[in-house]
Amino acid sequence: MSDARMKMKITVWRQAGPDTAGAFRDYDLDGVSPDMSFLEMLDTLNEQLIASGEEPIAFDHDCREGICGSCGMMINGVPHGPERATATCQLHMRKFSDGAHITIEPFRAAAFPINRDLSVDRSAFDRIVESGGYITAPTGSAPDANLIPIPKAVADSSMDAAQCIGCGACVAACPNGAAQLFTSAKLAHLNLMPQGQAERWDRTIDMVETMETFFGSCTNYRECEAACPKSISVDFIALMNKDYVRAQLKQRRLAGQTFP
Amino acid sequence: MTLDSNIDAKIPGGAMADKWTARKFDAKLVNPANKRRFTVVVVGTGLAGASAAATLAELGYRVQVVSFHDTPRRAHSIAAQGGINAAKNYPNDGDSVHRLFYDTVKGGDFRAREANVHRLAEVSVDIIDQCVAQGVPFAREYGGLLDNRSFGGAQVSRTFYARGQTGQQLLLGAYQALARQIGLGNVELFNRTEMLELVVKDGRAVGIVCRHLISGEVFSLSGHAVVLATGGYGNVYYLSTNAKMSNVTAAWRAHKQGAYFANPCYTQIHPTCIPASDEFQSKLTLMSESLRNDGRILVPQQTDDARPPHQIPETERDYYLERRYPAFGNLVPRDIASRAAKREVDAGRGVGPLKNGVYLDFGDAISRLGKAVVEERYGNLFEIYERITDDDPYTTPMRIYPAVHYTMGGLWVDYNLMSNLPGLYVLGEANFSDHGANRLGASALMQGLADGYFVLPYTIGDYLAPMLGQPVVGADDPAFVAVEAKVADTTRQLLSIKGTRSVDDIHRELGKVMWDNVGMGRTEASLDKALTEIPAIRDEFWKNVRVLGEEQSLNQSLEKAGRVADFLEFAELLALDARHRKESCGGHFREEYQTDEGEALRDDDNFAYVAAWEFAGVGTAPALHKEELVFEEVHLATRSYK
Repeated sequence: MSDARMKMKITVWRQAGPDTAGAFRDYDLDGVSPDMSFLEMLDTLNEQLIASGEEPIAFDHDCREGICGSCGMMINGVPHGPERATATCQLHMRKFSDGAHITIEPFRAAAFPINRDLSVDRSAFDRIVESGGYITAPTGSAPDANLIPIPKAVADSSMDAAQCIGCGACVAACPNGAAQLFTSAKLAHLNLMPQGQAERWDRTIDMVETMETFFGSCTNYRECEAACPKSISVDFIALMNKDYVRAQLKQRRLAGQTFP
Repeated sequence: MTLDSNIDAKIPGGAMADKWTARKFDAKLVNPANKRRFTVVVVGTGLAGASAAATLAELGYRVQVVSFHDTPRRAHSIAAQGGINAAKNYPNDGDSVHRLFYDTVKGGDFRAREANVHRLAEVSVDIIDQCVAQGVPFAREYGGLLDNRSFGGAQVSRTFYARGQTGQQLLLGAYQALARQIGLGNVELFNRTEMLELVVKDGRAVGIVCRHLISGEVFSLSGHAVVLATGGYGNVYYLSTNAKMSNVTAAWRAHKQGAYFANPCYTQIHPTCIPASDEFQSKLTLMSESLRNDGRILVPQQTDDARPPHQIPETERDYYLERRYPAFGNLVPRDIASRAAKREVDAGRGVGPLKNGVYLDFGDAISRLGKAVVEERYGNLFEIYERITDDDPYTTPMRIYPAVHYTMGGLWVDYNLMSNLPGLYVLGEANFSDHGANRLGASALMQGLADGYFVLPYTIGDYLAPMLGQPVVGADDPAFVAVEAKVADTTRQLLSIKGTRSVDDIHRELGKVMWDNVGMGRTEASLDKALTEIPAIRDEFWKNVRVLGEEQSLNQSLEKAGRVADFLEFAELLALDARHRKESCGGHFREEYQTDEGEALRDDDNFAYVAAWEFAGVGTAPALHKEELVFEEVHLATRSYK
């Protein structure tokens, strides 16, 4: 804990609504404590704006523990800012120095239209999950939980993928606005599990093809992995690509066709 | 004790272990082909809401689900870290449905309804099966079977977990089941939509009025039944571990339409949170109770000891929980651990720059197990801690202090989870039913999923079956039109005050009054003080709040203003309930009522009841209805964790 207070210049994207033009605005902010989270810095700025009669900056946030995935913005051009593996709400002002100039923008991607200021619409992620990001197990139909042993390494790997918080930083970081990391993380979570095998091939095709209707294509920049607050590995994208190819062949075989 | 004939908990007869089976058999059924003729509106998509909506849709009901987030997966259940209890007895350490039932009734300090708790313990085993089938990646042993750990208030290991992100994984499981039903067209999702009123016609809940948070449009949803799964009210204290948007609005507006609010004074103060650091603090962060499995809680023996922790020799450290409660040690229930920490800090033995915490030390665990094992168990929690405090828990003990975390009180429901308003069901943290005066760790996830997957889907048919063929009350009905006009009026009123104080500023003031007077220790005098101050803050709000911007756009100040307006009314009920309950039990500690050793002193002769309050107007004393608690199986006793 530190008593030192800092002064900063904050440049923020202001946009009144989805269909209006936006612009950057500059604000001076005094009294920033190094112990503040980035969102608490924005709270402080918003209090200053309200006092001066200007509408506060709209931004999405909720749990402020780095798990709900609501928050996310471009901080000096980087999704969630300068600290690796850290969501915006867990970034603290001690990572910036006195006199810093911070530029804040919403996540920019064709698939994430802006609602207002820093708030974007990430519903396209829901459409991908709805197309197949689940294991069909209607309530009540489950066998005993210990009936299927799952090797620890498999469960751990599945969990590595499953911890995606759906924040959209991967898309915002990608020069192509691609959602491969998000989609592959959900696919890997389910495709690695024994319970997920029955729907594995259909799930892969449905989710990949839904993804492609909203998002750009992956060209292996790996910016997504660097921006991910949960450090999800691009290895899962390789698994998704492999599964997608295998799924195409499996479907032909199941349909009675032959292939080399 | 005078009891109330207005309250009928509809508990089935027969032996405790047979009640749920009996109810499932007695409940009227809706034929599979007729289920699609019923519409159910579900508000909230946390564990309870998402699991209920998905399961009802699988059964064939038409479901409309409302979430104020951009996607259902963001609900605050996602932040639960530690785990979920179930009486599987996989570790072979003597667990059973009866033991989980017993521990929960006892942990709740004998203020829960036995029949509900027994059902919860019964279905707990099904929940784990269900979640595994959905692909929830629970922690596993090397042999591939499920791993368990211990939590407070239990002497068996019955907690299933997925690293420190159990809530996230369970919620994603329920969200995915819900997403499947949305994709199939069986559920209609209204995201970025906030429920602002319940609509009641002829004494029945018939729908809700909402505001779309992006467009500002006010609109109605009609259903044959309404299900509220809208979480708890911890943010009445402003600083809590709840998510920033968590609020009491849906429950409070239902209360104002006639639904009884039960036991609002039962608030849980979680013992292991990161202490507050400054006035800009926007929320408190929880460190999972699972840390108490391996961490040891201590303070220096001397008061005002300013030495850094590694300079305090072993002989000058007081592991006060291990000393006072040798049988349970660091794993005593939450209320007991919280009060013990408060006692140390109040006595001047607090640590940290503001002397507002106690240490949670992993030094022993790291020497015993090695850093790698500790990292595997708690690595992500240590990371969260380091980001916030800039201290490394592998080398420096964590500083922790209690914070408001969970609320056991909520809307009153009967055994079927229906409130006193027919057609209104309440699930999860939003209801009052299963945790009595104190919830045990890893039981919130259990209850949310029990209500949504395994209770409501059976009990709702009993209400709906006789309504076969009746259409829903249309949104053009005068009942809806009047409520929509009221919602629009309130919005315009909030925008027209144009005062000088921000919503957060007033909310913070309310929170301070609540924490200081209705917090961990409550007295007649502090409660009287709160009951004088709360109405004054409420008046100030309606005279002097500043809400900028417009109605017809995303306006987060306006959203907050509506929620804080409700907290300002609800806070009074919470304090009133605390003043009326002249005993200490679980999370409700009245300093006048304690044993010589400083433990909670219950008064079973006069207070073994559920206090269900009926709204009578803002600032008017509510009517009290009492539901007697009868203990057939677990004998009333003073809790002992020594």
